[in-house]
Amino acid sequence: MKKLILSIAVLCITQLSFSVQAGLNITITEGVDSAVPIAVFPFDTSDTKVLDIAQVVASDLQRSAHFKPVGRDKLAGMPSQHSSSANNQWRTLGVESVIVGSIKSQGNGSYKVEFRLFDVIKNEQITGYSFNARSKDMRKVGHRISDIVFQQLTGVKGAFDTKIAYVMAKDKRNGQKQYVLAIADSDGYNEQIILKSPWPLMSPAWSPDAKQLAYVSFEKGRPRIFIQDLASGKRQLISEEKGLNGAPAWSHDGRFLALTLSRDNNAEVYVMEVATRKLNRITQNSAIDTEASWAPDGNVICFTSDRGGRPQLYEVKIDEQGKRDSRPKRISFEGDYNSRPTYSPDGRYIAMVHGERGRYQIAVMDRNNGQLWIVADTRLGESPSFAPNSAMLIYASEVRNQGVLEAVTVEGRGRQRLGLQTGDVREPAWSPYLP
Amino acid sequence: MKLLKLGMLAIMLGTLLGACNGGKTTKTDGDSTATGGQSQGAEGQGADLGSGIDASQLDAEQQDLLSKRVIYFEFDSSLIKDEFVEVLKAHAQYLSEHPGTKVILEGHTDKRGSREYNIALGERRAQAVEKLLLLQGVSSSQIQIISFGEERPTALSDDEEAYSLNRRVEILYSEHR
Repeated sequence: MKKLILSIAVLCITQLSFSVQAGLNITITEGVDSAVPIAVFPFDTSDTKVLDIAQVVASDLQRSAHFKPVGRDKLAGMPSQHSSSANNQWRTLGVESVIVGSIKSQGNGSYKVEFRLFDVIKNEQITGYSFNARSKDMRKVGHRISDIVFQQLTGVKGAFDTKIAYVMAKDKRNGQKQYVLAIADSDGYNEQIILKSPWPLMSPAWSPDAKQLAYVSFEKGRPRIFIQDLASGKRQLISEEKGLNGAPAWSHDGRFLALTLSRDNNAEVYVMEVATRKLNRITQNSAIDTEASWAPDGNVICFTSDRGGRPQLYEVKIDEQGKRDSRPKRISFEGDYNSRPTYSPDGRYIAMVHGERGRYQIAVMDRNNGQLWIVADTRLGESPSFAPNSAMLIYASEVRNQGVLEAVTVEGRGRQRLGLQTGDVREPAWSPYLP
Repeated sequence: MKLLKLGMLAIMLGTLLGACNGGKTTKTDGDSTATGGQSQGAEGQGADLGSGIDASQLDAEQQDLLSKRVIYFEFDSSLIKDEFVEVLKAHAQYLSEHPGTKVILEGHTDKRGSREYNIALGERRAQAVEKLLLLQGVSSSQIQIISFGEERPTALSDDEEAYSLNRRVEILYSEHR
């Protein structure tokens, strides 16, 4: 063995509890020719009950659309530990990189997980880590490994060890609707329900520290905005103005919440200082102004307005006090319906719902040159949300009149469906990096 | 406050009108149509109205209009179409004559486009209906507005016909006090 494990990381994970659910069904609906072949060997273990971490890693890498894991059948009979002769055999797989690992029980439900990433061309180890984790956190270990591998091989920080929030609508047996606000891992596993209501729930928005969700709840028959702490489940009522209370969006420093109110008669964008609840009105106009999103630098808000006759996107500058600092300026010009803008966390792109000839697609605009491209040619696409590394988007779509969640790269490659959730799923929001 | 979805229940309307019309000209059941009102109206005719038959016809007509409690809209529009102006005038007249009666105007959209925009669009539709009622003399204290956007469709299939049924404002009468 040429190199020992380069660095050791010990995971002390205190996550919320979860139950493992079977039946994840990620459907890759569009193949990716440029994906790089990689071999992820099943991790060596004598424990037959332990989670198949290698499968979690392989699925993550495949979903990223940057990698094409070699099928398990091709790995059978191959060595799963590095040596010069093993490296020669690995080369016959046509891969550039190989991941091998092991899982050892340490008693008390605790495990030691090791993995190593090899460059098969150079015949050397790229990196390796060791983790101590309890069995319920093994899936998280898998996502951590995927994050490390992704960063090593692409130079871009991985976003697998993150969460998504979403809303589900279910029909109860008594014929009533039930709305559920839930969070899950970025691959759809470990669903945790954080709120149920017979009234609509809408527009979940992560706080920048990933510890809170703001959302709209129609409980009591009218829309109000709440902020819920995820660890404790405690929630505060943030806005219950007359009329609309909607579209909450956090500034990236967490100081402000942009929202939509119609207390002055029609839908306008406001900025609330969260600590004081002080409101600044941002838009002044008889048209609909809503769906604010903050640019990462905090100085600009993009929003939807139909002041030009149809919904289009506008940007307005915001000063340090959360007040309007410029006249709104239209930024979308292609298509007859552009709405629900969201900035990528790196500030380079704006994703949106892009309506053209009756199709509501998910599109991305490059802010540097205004160029716009379709990342998902959906008929009823909604609610795009960027991964914290800005490399992928999750959004809502419909299949056979049911809401589903899909993901795609910012270039529009590797479109896939997250098939774990049941019922009508909508309004996905990808979390920031977890603390 | 208990809401009654009167749009579905013409019978309720008959009760309401019956209760409120007191000594007036028509007694109806909810199934009566504009043409059917005549014979039923004749029975309850008051002596103070000379042209009883005409009066009962008007009331039947108004009742027919009042039984329409859903106003439909074009895509991404809050413009009230001509065909609904008479319906809203009938509701306005009824509400003006019954200041103790209240309505909730519930705005809805089809599922195309984005959800929060649709919430705002549903509100604007309800406001368009409210404006017409106010212009006809209804007191603003009788009207409440709520929008559900695309969250509560009435037609669930995925086609233009369903979309057109979902782009609506429902007029919900609160229980009469």
